[in-house]
Formats: sequence, structure tokens, C-alpha cells
Amino acid sequence: MTDHASTPQPSFWTDTGKRKGLMAWLTTTDHKRIGLLYLYAMTAFFLVGMSLGFVMRLVQLTTFQHLITAQTYNALFTVHGVIMIFLFVIPGLPAVFGNFFLPILLGAKDVSFPRLNLASWYFYMAGALLAVLSLFTGGGAPDTGWTFYAPFSLKTGTNVSLAVFAAFVLGFSSMLTAINFITTVVRLRAPGMTWFRMPLFCWALFATAWIQVLATPIIAITLVLVILERFFGIGVFDPAKGGDPVLYQHLFWIYSHPAVYIMILPAMGAITEILPTFAKRPIFGYKAIAFSSLSIAGVGSLVWAHHMFTSGMSPFAQMLFSLLTMVVAVPSAIKVFNWVSTLYKGSIDFQPPLFFALTFIFLFCIGGLTGVMQGALAFNIHVHDTYFIVGHFHYVMFGGTGFAFFAALLYWFPKMFGRMYSQKAIYASWVPMFVGFNMLYFGMLILGMEGMPRRYYVHLPQYHTLHQVATVGSWLLVAGLLIFVGTLVRAAFKGERAEANPWGGVTLEWTIPSPPPLENFDTIPTVTTGPYHFPQEAR
Amino acid sequence: MTGHVHRDDQGAKLGMWLFLVTEIVLFGGLFIAYSYMRHRYPGEFHLGGEELNVTLGVINTLVLLTSSLTVVLSIVAIQRAERGRAIAFLSTTVVLGLTFLVIKGFEWAAKFHHGLYPGAAHLATLPPGEQVFFGLYFTMTGLHGLHVLVGICVLAVLAVMVATRSIRQDRYIHLENGGLYWHLVDVIWIFLLPLFYLAA
Repeated sequence: MTDHASTPQPSFWTDTGKRKGLMAWLTTTDHKRIGLLYLYAMTAFFLVGMSLGFVMRLVQLTTFQHLITAQTYNALFTVHGVIMIFLFVIPGLPAVFGNFFLPILLGAKDVSFPRLNLASWYFYMAGALLAVLSLFTGGGAPDTGWTFYAPFSLKTGTNVSLAVFAAFVLGFSSMLTAINFITTVVRLRAPGMTWFRMPLFCWALFATAWIQVLATPIIAITLVLVILERFFGIGVFDPAKGGDPVLYQHLFWIYSHPAVYIMILPAMGAITEILPTFAKRPIFGYKAIAFSSLSIAGVGSLVWAHHMFTSGMSPFAQMLFSLLTMVVAVPSAIKVFNWVSTLYKGSIDFQPPLFFALTFIFLFCIGGLTGVMQGALAFNIHVHDTYFIVGHFHYVMFGGTGFAFFAALLYWFPKMFGRMYSQKAIYASWVPMFVGFNMLYFGMLILGMEGMPRRYYVHLPQYHTLHQVATVGSWLLVAGLLIFVGTLVRAAFKGERAEANPWGGVTLEWTIPSPPPLENFDTIPTVTTGPYHFPQEAR
Repeated sequence: MTGHVHRDDQGAKLGMWLFLVTEIVLFGGLFIAYSYMRHRYPGEFHLGGEELNVTLGVINTLVLLTSSLTVVLSIVAIQRAERGRAIAFLSTTVVLGLTFLVIKGFEWAAKFHHGLYPGAAHLATLPPGEQVFFGLYFTMTGLHGLHVLVGICVLAVLAVMVATRSIRQDRYIHLENGGLYWHLVDVIWIFLLPLFYLAA
């Protein structure tokens, strides 16, 4: 699609500006470098969050506790949640792969507002720094759980104010990125790239960005209210002054439920890019997938109160939210069926990215179906605040978004770094990861059904065996993750040089060299076909 | 796309509108809290509204509406390449914005004087609904006041940009976007006035 000039531009890894080295990176407005800055920061936070989870599992290895105090345990699950959700899963795919690949997939040289893009990264880092500070200052690490439920979050002596402010700043970062992405998609599509010729990852990012624009400000104002409540006692959430803690829950979930779609939609988008490349045929049901992204974004904004079935609500509202919750399963299932249909009669090229994408589909189905189970009112009451919720959430967020992140990383790694990783080592990391993952989180699902409450410091003897299974699973999982990260870090420095198109993909990123030149395209391409047009498939 | 400077005025305006959407939703969260609490405590909100000074509220409304007009006039002036008038109108807007804040300051001071602020001993003796009313009053007018303050700073910077000719007849998207922001601040106040001052 593009004619390469005879003298190729230097890759974006080469410093061409006035500044060199670290300063060149910290002042860059190149969307590719900003994507990598996010990747490095997120990997670090992910490893910290993982370590906290690892310690929590160690605590549950025995029925008597001696490793850490109960207060430290409360801090552990709070900080694990805050780090993983606000610093890894929410920004995750959009900030790393969205930044790096959205302009390239659209045939643009950068996002619409490159400087704002860099500012978003600084907001992200500032939020992260504040979150870390909140652990060591004030009354110590917050102990409310990542949900910061009132009235406890108003009364606890720990440093909730700073942690909440950190989440506010992080929300600001994600809002600015969203504004940037929507404008980029609307304004910077290459000539001929109509809406329905956009790769589906762009559709997913577009839908995600709309949720971020429409939902994130609600959490921002809610967190501001928590801070005002703690400093001035304005009384909105405080029953003693006429306020209502349930109002906090509503406001919190009005954002935080759509937020899980912020987390999963880009992941689904990345999977949708990977499958056609390795099946060597166009995606099945392009428009159905595009519109299912939008309808997940839409319906997903109307289901928040299913987190609150036990908080006090009219039976009518409960029924309504239960129904709407189950409706979300429809567009999600449309995606799953379209993915599987894409593989049908494809000429499948089995490579690590496809392997991780299939793992995603498997784990996401378990996560999604347990979600539908919880949409049912009676079952929801039974498993409310148990390990079932924890297991479900990790299946969706880690098995779903996490594995999609890994799949996307494996898929685009050669393009980003210009080097190839050892496929054997990646497969070797998959085995302990997959086995450990299911021991850990399926164990949690069963524990929850049997009645083990979440966030408890100690457990009763009848839950002991499954807790041990889960803890051993966590060791395997961590081992697999370390092999995975280690393999990629090694590959980034010592891997073989990758070709421009190692997988035989046909979207625009595979038409340019690996790693991409500074301005992506020598000449802006003109698009004449849909995104997954495999010439050899023409029948 | 030639040259190094990529310019897309329509894109910039779209970005600004999206930002305004986030601002509206931000205040939207407070409006949700307000409507729920008002539904719960209609009588107390009536009593709370009686404590507010309607005259000052209306004067402030007029001040802000006029300031929105002057922002528009400054854009018209720059379109006609009348730099001096554009700066004059922007400065007028800044002064009107400051006037709004001063009047608001007097109102707040009066409430503090009467012990009608969160944490005050007197307010704690009032019924819970009134405490929530004043909690919301200070939160919402405070957040709005903060937006006015930010808007004033933005407009002042824009005035300097007009003076240094980085905003000019063929390039005034920043001024338009700044104006949009100022209109938003205005519109939000239009909603705050009836919700609090005319609640009685």
C-alpha cells in the first residue's frame, strides 16, 4: 500500500532531536515512545502488584496467622487492588498499544494532540507517585479495599485522602488520553480509511474512549466528595449529618462498572486483530464486532447497581439491573462466536500470539459466564462478598485483560522492538501460568460457593485445602509470569532481528519497517480495502 | 500534510467539546447527589434556600452572562483583525469574572459569619437535611468558583497571546476554545442559581 522511499528514515528508537538519551524520552511527543514509557512503568507496577498478591496468598497458606498483622493484610488487598486496577488494567492496553498502534493502524503520523499525550503520561506517573506516597505517609497505607466504601473510608485513620487523590489524578490522565483517541479516530484516518475500513482494535479503542469520557468524571467527583468529607465533613455520605453512604456506592459504581468495560474492550479489540492474522482470513462479522463494542459500552453503563443487590434497593430496581446485566452477555457472546467463526476453515498458523489469544477466549468465557451467574439475583445474594467474586473478577481481568495484554505484547513485540523472542521460552512460561492460574482462581470460585468471605485475614479449617491449592497455584503463576517477562526483556536486548512482517499480517502496521520509522509512513497510505484483506484468500 | 507543524482546528475544537463533556459529567455527579438529597429533604432544602441572598445570586448571574457576551465580542473582534478591541473585551471578561468571585466571596463570608458552614457548631444543631444542603452548596459553588478562577487565568493568557499575535485573524482556535470553556462555566451557574437560591 505504501511506496517506501529509497533512503529509509531512522527508526523511532534513534534520537534525532536536540536532546539525547533519557531526556529525549522524557520530553518525547512521539506516540510510539510514549506507549513504551507506559509499558515500562506498567510492567514495574504490575510486578509490585503481583508481589502483594503473592504475599496475600502466603498468608492464607495456614489457618493461623503469624506472617503479618491483620492491619497489614487490609493494606495489602487495598494496595494490590489500587495498583492493579488503576495503574495496570484500566490504562493497560489503550495506553501502551493504543498509543503505539492507533495512529499506525489509522495511517497517521501521530495522535491528534501529541503534547497532551505526553502530559497524560506525566499525570499517570504523578498519580502513581501519590499512590506510593499514600502507603508511607499520614496514617499509613489505606485499608478500605480499592472500592473506598463510605462510611468506613470517611472514618478510617489511614491515608485514604492521598490514595483517593491519586486515583483522581490517574482518572484525569485516562480522560485526556480518551479525548486524544476520539479526536484521532475522527480526524486522522488516512485517505480512503472509512469508518468500516478501520481495524477493529481502533473501534474498540473508540468505544472505550467514549466510556472514559462519559464515566470517569463521575468517579473524579465522587473521590473529591470523599476528600471534602474527610477534611470538612460536608455530610453528603455521612448518615449522622443526613447523608447517605448508599449514594456513595451508586456514584462509585456508575463509574466503576463501566470501568470494567474500559478494561476489557481494548483487550477484545487486540484479540480481534490477532485472530485474522493467524487464521489468514478476514474477521467473521466485522460490523457485528464493531457494533458489539459500542453496545457493550452503552448497555454496560446501565448495569452498575448489580454490585449493590445487598445494599438496599427496591425489588423492581433489582430485577431491572439483573436483566440489564444479563443483556451485556449478548454483545460479549457475539464477539466470542465471531472469533471462533474466524478460525473456522482458516489456514491456521500456530504461533505464540494466537496461543495466548485462544487462552484469553477460554479464560474470558469462564469469567464471563460466572458474571452472568452473578447477574441472577438469588445466586448473587449467596456469593456476595465471597471469594467467588474475587475468582470471577480475576478470570475476567487477569484471564481476560491480562492474557489479552500478553497476547498483544507477543503479537506486536517484533514491531515495537524490532526483535523476536524465543518462542520455546514463551510456551514454557505458558504452562505454569495456565495451570497456576486455574488452580488459584478456580479454587477461589469454589471457595466462594462454599462461603469463604473475601478480604478475611484468617479462614476456617474447612476452607483450608482449597486455600492451599490456590496458594500453590499462585507460586506456579508467578513463576510463569517471571519466565514470560524475563524472556521478553532478554529478547528486547538480544533477540534476533525481526522482519517487517513476521506473522503475515495485512493491517497497516505490517507495511512499515520493524521498528517503525519516526514518522511511521514515508507517505501517508491510501486505503482501498477493508482491514483484513488477505490477497491469497481471494477465491 | 506538509511542513512540520500539523494544524487541525476542527480537531482542536472537537477535543475541546469532549473536554466540556467531561466537565458536564463531573458536575453531573453533583447534580445526581443534589436531586437525590432534595427528593429526600424537600422541606429542609426550602429552609436552606431561604438563607441565601437571591439578589446577590441574580446580580452574579447577570455578571456572568455579560462576561459570556464580551468573550464572544472579543472573538468577533479578532475575526475582524481588531486586536485592541479583542484585548479590551477579554480584559472586561476577566474583570467581570473577578467581580463574580468577589460577590461570591462576600456571600460565603456571610454564611461563615452565621455559622452556616460544614463543621460549624451552629449548623450541627440544624436538621440533617439542612446540613446536607449547605454541604452541597459549598461543594458545588466552590467547585464552580474554582472553574471561574481557572477560566480567568485562561482568558488572561489568551489576552497576552492576542497581544503577542500568536492569536490573530487567521488563527484564533485557542480563543474560541477558551470562549467555549467560559460559556460552560456560565451555563453551569445558570443551573446552580435555581437549584440553590430559588429553592425556597
